[in-house]
Amino acid sequence: MSELTLTVMRLGFLAVLWLFVIVAVQVIRSDLFGTRVTQRGSARRGAPDRPQQQQQRQSAPPPQRQQSGGRGRRGAPTKLVVSEGTLTGTTVALQGQTITLGRAHDSTIVLDDDYASSRHARIYPDRDGQWIVEDLGSTNGTYLDRTRLTTPTPIALGAPIRIGKTVIELRK
Amino acid sequence: MSSSTTNTTTISTAGPPSRRNTELAMLVFAVIIPVFAYANAGLALSDEMPSGMLSYGIGLGLLAAVGHLVVRKFAPYADPLLLPIATLLNGLGLVLIWRLDQSKRLAQRAESIGQVFAPSAPNQLIYSALGVALFVGVLILLKDHRLLQRYTYISMVVALILLILPVFFPPRFGARIWITLGSFSIQPGEFAKIIIAVFFSGYLMVKRDALALASRRFMGLYLPRGRDLGPILVVWAISILILVFETDLGTSLLFFGLFVVMLYVATERTSWIVFGMLMSAVGAVGVATFEPHVQQRVDAWLDPFAAFKTGGSDQIAQAMMAFGSGGVFGTGLGQGNSDLIGFAANSDFILATIGEELGLAGTMAILLLYGLIVERGVRTALAARDPFGKLLAIGLSAAFAIQVFVVAGGVMGLIPLTGMTMPFIAQGGSSVIANWALVAILIKISDTARRPAPAPAPTTDAEMTQVVRP
Repeated sequence: MSELTLTVMRLGFLAVLWLFVIVAVQVIRSDLFGTRVTQRGSARRGAPDRPQQQQQRQSAPPPQRQQSGGRGRRGAPTKLVVSEGTLTGTTVALQGQTITLGRAHDSTIVLDDDYASSRHARIYPDRDGQWIVEDLGSTNGTYLDRTRLTTPTPIALGAPIRIGKTVIELRK
Repeated sequence: MSSSTTNTTTISTAGPPSRRNTELAMLVFAVIIPVFAYANAGLALSDEMPSGMLSYGIGLGLLAAVGHLVVRKFAPYADPLLLPIATLLNGLGLVLIWRLDQSKRLAQRAESIGQVFAPSAPNQLIYSALGVALFVGVLILLKDHRLLQRYTYISMVVALILLILPVFFPPRFGARIWITLGSFSIQPGEFAKIIIAVFFSGYLMVKRDALALASRRFMGLYLPRGRDLGPILVVWAISILILVFETDLGTSLLFFGLFVVMLYVATERTSWIVFGMLMSAVGAVGVATFEPHVQQRVDAWLDPFAAFKTGGSDQIAQAMMAFGSGGVFGTGLGQGNSDLIGFAANSDFILATIGEELGLAGTMAILLLYGLIVERGVRTALAARDPFGKLLAIGLSAAFAIQVFVVAGGVMGLIPLTGMTMPFIAQGGSSVIANWALVAILIKISDTARRPAPAPAPTTDAEMTQVVRP
């Protein structure tokens, strides 16, 4: 076998061996730099998260809805206020996220209220930025003003939403 | 409006949890490289493609495929690098052993001392297959690494028996580290290192608080209490006894070093490292003064080239010359003279062949591959959620790292030579089988560690919602 062929093979083999090492290091790079920082509390504009990442994220809020048109609209509510019940005085800033209400520990507002269900109701903005309240099949029902909700209903500013002994309303 | 709360962030890992396809791609790569090396060595040695190339490639490929399929089924979230790197090292080892089998010098040497020169590569391929079989067995039978925790003290007894047993068998090559059964011999120390790691992690998991917290501060060091010092003294004494009765420097160094590393990891106290270093230094110097076999090794280490004048074993000198003549890029596979080392050229001294024929570049690549296995082990330990798994992963990777250091350092003349094998590469059945089992346990731990956390259990509210009765 000619000297040249052997030299080429020798150097080629070393190159392939090192290529393997480099590829291996590339594979573990994701472990070294593989943390992602997710902004919470504000509407995310990035690509939607993959499901397993959502599973890994601890204490992450429920999936947020992109709010395209309605933000900053005049007259839009900016906060949710609890006006009656054990949580009186609690406010939650409305930033396009879904707010869940109920006795379950992972609710946005955990109600300490014997008459509320684990997952009682949720409040979310629709595509136009209009806030909607929806009853999630609760035992005692959700009332907007005096009427018991049967379908997702838009919330007027200042209208009382009653869940058990708790009353909440949206304010500017 | 939204700027008020944007400083709250969530940090999570980005990589997808299962990297099985990455592993498959790396495995294909890891099978092709040794086949290339085989062709290269064959062309250089006999000017033609080696006859067994196809069957050899298929054999290695089959082993890799079986390993991969079992990992896919039984450890789907395991680390993607451990199996490919182990396969590559095992494959390269087979090529190097085959290459040394072709050496006329080694054949002549065996005949001159009245032995039959038998090629080792076919046996090594069988041992590799047994190793992969054990790998598969561990992955299938060990449902959860935490089961090993139950056998903490049993594994201590088993490890001690394995370490003591070779004393009752005749020494081979100056060291009593083999159990000989007829024509068959086992090196129990290789298996003992895994079992002892199980014992240490089980023991330290329970005792680490006592070891870490109950200590007095003295001259900037935390001195542990006497009763906590007990186990370290026992392990130290046992490793010294191994050294004295079995004249096996490597195993005692591995055994003691492993315990010190795990103590340090479990307690975060630097003082253990200082104590460990001091005690191993005292032990090593003491034994080196009294034990002639160890003394010889130290003399050969201090002046390797004296063997040419006084006539002794010139292995270390030959190994150093092999490294030297390899240079940066090496002489090429099959074109070196590392077979001048003679005895144990394809086991303890196989790194010298790598150094000569692949040069500094190849040696560094191989050492980096070992480093990557250790890194994956440490990474697994960081990611593991249970303390036992953490300690076991650290222990196994530390055992692996210490073994590579001890044998590579010995061959390169950095420390006195000890009888240990390069994991996966060196010829030797016990070593290759035990290291496949070690990698299997690491893969099992990494599977548990990288598995996405289970979804939080649905809230079971203690009280039922009261119904409003109008």
